[in-house]
Amino acid sequence: MQMQFGVEDMIEHVPMEDKRKSAAALDEARLRQQAIGVKLRQMFDEVVNEPVPDEFLDILRKAEPPAGGR
Amino acid sequence: MSEPQVGRSPPDPVRDNQFKRELVTLIPHLRAFARTLTGDPTAADDLAQDAMMKAWDARASFQLGTNMKAWTFMILRNQFYSEKRRSWRQSQLDQEAAERTLVAVDDPEAPVALDELRLGLGMLPAEQREALILVGAGGFAYEEAAEICGCAVGTVKSRVSRARRALQAILEAGAYDRDGGSAGDAMHAILADAERLSSLR
Repeated sequence: MQMQFGVEDMIEHVPMEDKRKSAAALDEARLRQQAIGVKLRQMFDEVVNEPVPDEFLDILRKAEPPAGGR
Repeated sequence: MSEPQVGRSPPDPVRDNQFKRELVTLIPHLRAFARTLTGDPTAADDLAQDAMMKAWDARASFQLGTNMKAWTFMILRNQFYSEKRRSWRQSQLDQEAAERTLVAVDDPEAPVALDELRLGLGMLPAEQREALILVGAGGFAYEEAAEICGCAVGTVKSRVSRARRALQAILEAGAYDRDGGSAGDAMHAILADAERLSSLR
């Protein structure tokens, strides 16, 4: 995402300096939140990508009604 | 006299099979969500198994074609909090286990940033943590997260935004509970690591 600069930013020179600073701070904050988001997903996905222990499927299989007798 | 057990004589085996196939695909996600709630891998798998069986037993009440992931997450979350309520002592043990897991990171290969994130998450209030996990990592919309947590959409939004701000502040301050840790480095480690990850993709 990019910060938007209007026409007034080009004309008013002094406030532009301030706006640049706050825009940079906003960009930095956004970058940090994005980085945290990436890490959050990584943390969650690490578990999602683990192989499922056999126990889970065993339990589910036992709950199953006998299918067509054997 | 007694009613047959639920699941013993399924009224619709085709539907049951379809339900089960979908449920199996959700197991990894249930495990991940349970891990973030309990903080302890063993307790998390117990919780995820309980939730999976509760979902299976309640399959008749689930409307196929609706969001099964959100439905099972809600079951898991309810199970977690009802177990926690059952005994204060137990919840204290859970907390201790969570803290142990959050702190015990011995793998030198493990990226530092991830440890810091876990520690930071552990410092958030539970309702903020779960909201952030559901929306920020679980891929749920605010509306779905609200349904899972049984609260208003606006409540989830404000919890997520407070959690984001608090987590960033914690990481920037390095105010996590870990001796020998270099204070203030957490955010830099996370930034560097996120950059590395995104360049890999």
